[in-house]
Amino acid sequence: MTINDISKLLNCEVLNCADKLESEVHTACGSDMMSDVLAYVKDQAVLLTGLLNPQVVRTAEMMDIICIVFVRGKSPDTAVIDLATEKGIVILSTKERMFEACGKLYTEMNKGKTL
Amino acid sequence: MILKFDIPGDDFTRAGEASSAIKNKLKQTGFSPEVVRKVSIAVYEAEINSIIHANGGTITLTADEEAIVAVIADTGKGIPDIEAAMREGFTTACDNIRKLGFGAGMGLPNMRKYTDEFDIQSKVGKGTTVTMKIYNKQE
Ligand SMILES: Nc1ncnc2c1ncn2[C@@H]1O[C@H](COP(=O)(O)OP(=O)(O)OP(=O)(O)O)[C@@H](O)[C@H]1O
Ligand SMILES: [Mg+2]
Repeated sequence: MTINDISKLLNCEVLNCADKLESEVHTACGSDMMSDVLAYVKDQAVLLTGLLNPQVVRTAEMMDIICIVFVRGKSPDTAVIDLATEKGIVILSTKERMFEACGKLYTEMNKGKTL
Repeated sequence: MILKFDIPGDDFTRAGEASSAIKNKLKQTGFSPEVVRKVSIAVYEAEINSIIHANGGTITLTADEEAIVAVIADTGKGIPDIEAAMREGFTTACDNIRKLGFGAGMGLPNMRKYTDEFDIQSKVGKGTTVTMKIYNKQE
């Protein structure tokens, strides 16, 4: 699926990089602990999180994550959005909570795959 | 190529700036995405540690055809029991640090996992130095 598909699925607001919505993504992870993202993420392209600081973007940058979805209707400071824009990382914001957002995305991403 | 950075210890919002600059530079220089990613993650973990557990520090990175060597040094409080600190899940981080998204006790084991050679030296009251080597050719 594309970032645009995620945006529609989770009713997101797109906060930057509107030109990058057609990028393909195949896996995602959800966490508020950047330590765990750094330790357990392999090649996930999307990070769902409720944490709002610049280290979310830095962590995504190090992990080659190309899209961050902020859950529970949160949106970060402009400084954080600007940092993501500079790194070419798309920022979405959804009103869904972490569990619901991950559940919907998991179901959609794995449609047609044998689990 | 030698790169040197000071890690400011008093501003957490800037944590990761040095690692980011290193990642960019290695990418531009033409190191493979896999090598760049390993170095970036390991150096970022060490940079964060020097801020949350010490008072900032320095990064010296040397890169050539054969390998990349990163040395992250601080003059902070040091680690009393390195063997314990290397264990997954061991942390002395407080709730304030966990609110920032760190402090799961995964950083040091993660640095060792992503690097080909890993060494940590520490003296209580004097500081900590982490040295990591990643070979350029990964099989
Ligand atoms: N530079 C340092 N100076 C002093 N103590 C350190 C330093 N680096 C690590 N430590 C000690 O070793 C422990 C383990 O470090 P590690 O990086 O594995 O986990 P963490 O930083 O606590 O959490 P995480 O890395 O998962 O965010 C730390 O909690 C701290 O007590
Ligand atoms: Mg750490």
